[in-house]
Amino acid sequence: MTQPDTHDRPDFLQHHWDTPKQQFEAGKLGMWLFLATEVLLFGGLFVLYAVWRGNHPEMFKFGSQFLDTKLGAINTAVLILSSLTMAAAVTMAQRNKRGALMILLSLTLAGALTFLVIKYFEYSHKFHEGYYPGMKFYEPPGAGSESWDDDPTPMVHGADAAAAIEEPSPFVAANFAMPDAEPTTIAPPAVAPTGVAPDALDVLEGDAVEEHHADHPVHALQDPNRPDNAHMFFNIYFLMTGLHGIHVSVGVIMLVWLLVGASSIPDRWPRITRFFFLKRSFGADWFTPVDLGGLYWHIVDLIWIFLFPLFYLI
Amino acid sequence: MSDNEHQSDHGVGHIVPIWILAATGGTLLVLTAVTVWVASFDFGPANIWIALAIAGFKASMVVLLFMHLLWDRPFNGVVFVASIAFLAVFIAFTMTDTFEYSPDIDTGNATQVQQKLDALEQ
Repeated sequence: MTQPDTHDRPDFLQHHWDTPKQQFEAGKLGMWLFLATEVLLFGGLFVLYAVWRGNHPEMFKFGSQFLDTKLGAINTAVLILSSLTMAAAVTMAQRNKRGALMILLSLTLAGALTFLVIKYFEYSHKFHEGYYPGMKFYEPPGAGSESWDDDPTPMVHGADAAAAIEEPSPFVAANFAMPDAEPTTIAPPAVAPTGVAPDALDVLEGDAVEEHHADHPVHALQDPNRPDNAHMFFNIYFLMTGLHGIHVSVGVIMLVWLLVGASSIPDRWPRITRFFFLKRSFGADWFTPVDLGGLYWHIVDLIWIFLFPLFYLI
Repeated sequence: MSDNEHQSDHGVGHIVPIWILAATGGTLLVLTAVTVWVASFDFGPANIWIALAIAGFKASMVVLLFMHLLWDRPFNGVVFVASIAFLAVFIAFTMTDTFEYSPDIDTGNATQVQQKLDALEQ
């Protein structure tokens, strides 16, 4: 291996690297290490999905009925096409075709924004219907016990048991929501009724759907037709698609940055722009940001490829 | 470093022709349609495995072709596959625990919910 003469060093080669190849491959290895941490970041949530689905598969089957398969499929296609334009952008950068590179990066950016717009409509529709992420933070008075009157094996919940033992004064009940439960009354795991209330399924049936939409309650969560345990499905739906959405948003920023980097910055621009953006335009000899940005964009696509069937289809 | 094997005029990286990328994108779109179509049939517990198999195949295409791993240095592939492998261990061993105790979990109204879902699908 020959050491290049210092006078031959290209301007993009940083002083601590011997060759452009060494610099490129080190950067690429760093990116793959980052992608491995991304897999593990989402991995925790996939474990959550596996456990929840393993315990209550019917809840997921039920919840998926509330998601719009058509919008989900369109979003999948949008991300695949933007992945394609991103991969093509890398090829064009390597071939020194700046015009094609900028067109392809713009198309990729358009795909990312389309995905976010469609996701916004999906989310706002769910919020409108009252399917929020988070725990069941509102319950109509008395609804909790009524729903389970038909339960062949009624069970005493931990909080109920505590209340039976020690009735709090009206003042305490009104001002301090948390009952002072005895340590021994902590409920064993998995005693709560699981899955969704069968009555909740009525909202899926013809007339009930009409009624559901026509007569909207003051607050959607007070809707008696609302699936009792559906919030658990929407918890994990919003958690996983939300983290993915954050990644898409970061991708938008990255694509804008690449687009500016791909265009030549005029000399009259202030020096500070050269700090935020790239000092040098991409070309066949140096295209590392396009390549590594592409890798990031593809892993965002890859995660969605799993999220789409897991939430929308099965 | 044995960097003589990939020497060419462009220096670093492997240039993937546009037609390979276009064919990959087309196949991915077709597979998306396939996974939506397959989901309209009920194979019972196999549903999730069929969906995951199609998604896994699509993901492999993305990683190997769009992300150049097919032509990349093998070590990058080792890094990525290792993360997937450890995720698989994480999920598999968590699920052995979950299924070990699943008979003790109160099924609630699962059966009735399932019956309603089945009725809706007809």
